[in-house]
Amino acid sequence: MSGLPVVVRVQRDDFDLAHEVQALSAGRHDIGAIVTFSGLCRDEAGTLSALELEHYPGMAEAEITRICNEAVQRFGLQAVTAIHRYGTIASGENIVLVCAASPHRQAAFDGANFIMDFLKTSAPFWKKEHAADGSERDWVSAKDADDSARDRWTKE
Amino acid sequence: MTAVNLVYFAWVRERIGKGEETLDLPESVITAGDLLAHLKTLGEEYEGALEHENVIRVAINQEHVDHREPIAGAREIALFPPMTGG
Repeated sequence: MSGLPVVVRVQRDDFDLAHEVQALSAGRHDIGAIVTFSGLCRDEAGTLSALELEHYPGMAEAEITRICNEAVQRFGLQAVTAIHRYGTIASGENIVLVCAASPHRQAAFDGANFIMDFLKTSAPFWKKEHAADGSERDWVSAKDADDSARDRWTKE
Repeated sequence: MTAVNLVYFAWVRERIGKGEETLDLPESVITAGDLLAHLKTLGEEYEGALEHENVIRVAINQEHVDHREPIAGAREIALFPPMTGG
């Protein structure tokens, strides 16, 4: 295999899951499992019309790359693609994609899980809500549950 | 005095009222925590943005750091709330 196994993109545009999986495994015969995670903007029972995703250009890419490289080392992943969108994302649209490839399924499941847990708590992105009725809404608060999900990877 | 580029994100940016600025810092500002304390003396918008210092995250040259981290040599220091991506 040539080149680095990690592809990271931070972009305004949408992505295509099928295309990314195909690109990840194109020309390879050593991959046995690919796990994909897609994060979408949900409408919170019709009350939310969109999310505004702010990010720290440069650091966002660097931090996701660092997390993916750590997952490659820790779980022996063969390839990783991580894409995170920014800007205005309407309910029903994609926000984030993680594809993790490995020879056997468990590493791919764990790797994708690990990447998402760290991405949520340490990649510099912030969500602001747009209410469906046009009223002003606030920034989404960080959740303790996300910290707990991250911390389980450092407990033995 | 040392000049440093500061960048702010999300509600820290909104409350301070700007996304970036260059400030001259007094020599007494050694750590990231000292910087937060210093900024809070610059006006009520800073005081409001940085009221709960312990929740403010700091990155130096685009890497996360602890509030105890020395800021000497920093090109860019970012202040922002806990992250909510993914």
